[in-house]
Amino acid sequence: MPSLKDVKMKITGVGKTKQITKAMNMVASAKLRGAQARIEKFRPYAQKYREVLTSLASKVEGSSHPLLEVHPEKKACAIILVTSDRGLCGGFNAAIIDKAVKLAKSKTEAGMQVKFACVGRKGRDAVRRLPSIEMMTSYADRMGSLDFALASSVAQECISGYENGELDEVYLVYGEFVSMAQQPPRVIQLLPFEAPAAEAAEDADANKGPTCDYLYEPSEDKLLGTILPTYIKVQAYRGMLDTSASENAARMTAMDNATRNCNDLIKSLTLLYNKTRQASITSELIDIVGGAEALNG
Amino acid sequence: MSALQLEVVTPDKTIVSTPVVMAVCPGVDGEFGVLKDHISLLSALKIGALRYRTESNEEKYVFISGGFADVNNNVLTVLAESAEDAKDIDAARAEAAKRRAEERLASNSESVDRTRAEAALSRAITRLSLVRAH
Repeated sequence: MPSLKDVKMKITGVGKTKQITKAMNMVASAKLRGAQARIEKFRPYAQKYREVLTSLASKVEGSSHPLLEVHPEKKACAIILVTSDRGLCGGFNAAIIDKAVKLAKSKTEAGMQVKFACVGRKGRDAVRRLPSIEMMTSYADRMGSLDFALASSVAQECISGYENGELDEVYLVYGEFVSMAQQPPRVIQLLPFEAPAAEAAEDADANKGPTCDYLYEPSEDKLLGTILPTYIKVQAYRGMLDTSASENAARMTAMDNATRNCNDLIKSLTLLYNKTRQASITSELIDIVGGAEALNG
Repeated sequence: MSALQLEVVTPDKTIVSTPVVMAVCPGVDGEFGVLKDHISLLSALKIGALRYRTESNEEKYVFISGGFADVNNNVLTVLAESAEDAKDIDAARAEAAKRRAEERLASNSESVDRTRAEAALSRAITRLSLVRAH
C-alpha cells in the first residue's frame, strides 16, 4: 500500500502537468489561427500564379526551358524537408521524416546521391543522424517567422543546382494541412517541372466567361523562364505555411489528449488516495477497539 | 460597365484592391499603361513604380520589386514578390540597403553575387526616389 503522502504528491504532480498541457493547447490553437490566416492571405497569390502558369504552359508546348527538361541520367536528387522546430506534437514530425527517409532510401537504391535541404529543427536533427547523407542547407527556428524570402532562398539553391546539372530531381516533403484532425505527410516533385493539371485552368476559364487570346510581353518562352522559378518558390512557401499550420493542429490534438489523460490519471489517483485513507482509518479503529476490548475484558 | 479593377498581390498580403481609371506598369520592355477594356495581356515587370489614378482622380504610386501583370476582363492583377504603397516605404531601411549593396559591389571580391547586389541596389534606389518624390 503506498503512503498517503506519496499519493498526494503524485496527484499534485499530475495536476501541474495538466496545467502545462492545457496552456500548450491554448497557445497552439492561437498559433494555428495565425498560420491559417497566413495561408488565407497567400492563397490569392498562389492561385493566380497557378492560373497564369497553366495558361502559359499550354501555349509553349515542347519548349526547351532548362527547368522543363528531364535529365536523361539520374545521378543526384535533392529533398527539401519541411518539419517543425519543436516536438510535443504527436507523431507529426516522425511521419514526415519517415516519408522523407523512405524516399531517400528508394533514390539511393536507384543509384542516386541524395542531398537534403532542411527547414525546421526536427528534420535537420533527424537528417544529421543519417549516415552518408549530404546536407545542402538547413534552417532551424524559422518556422515561427516564415517569409517568402526563406522559401525563395531554399528553392533558388535547388533551381540553380538543377540548371547546372548538379541535381536531376527535386522533391518537397511537408505536412499537408487537410483538416484539424488530418495532417498527412506529402511528397511533391518540384523538378523536373510538371504542369499543374489542366482541369484547374478549365474551371477558371468557365468562371470568367469568354476570353480571347493573350498578348505576351516579352515572348512566351522568356516569360515562362521567369515565371517557372518563382512558381517553384511559391510551392515551397506553400509547403512551409502548410507545415506550420499542420504542426499547430497536431500539437493541439496531442495536448488535448494529454490533458484528458491527466484527468483520468487524477481520477484514479484520487480514488486510490481515498481508499488508502479509508484503509488507514479502519486499521486505526481496529487498534482502538481492540485496545478498549482488552481493557474491558 | 464597371471600371478597371487593380489588384496588387504579394505572398504575404493583398496590397491594393481598388477600381482605377488608369494604371501604368513598369514592364520589362518599357512602361505601359492600362485603361478599361484592355486586351488580355501577360507581361513581366521590372523593379519600379506602378502608377495609378483612382476614380476620385488621385494619383498614387506603389513600389514593385518585379513580377507579373495580368490583364483579363478588366482586372489588372499584379503579382510581385514584394510591393508597398509609396507612403509605407521605410526610407531609412532603403538607405541602409543602398549603402550595403554599394559596398558589396565596390568590394569586387569573388564571394559577392553581383546580380543579386545589383538587384538590391536598384530596389533601394527606386524606393528612395519614390519616397523623395512624394
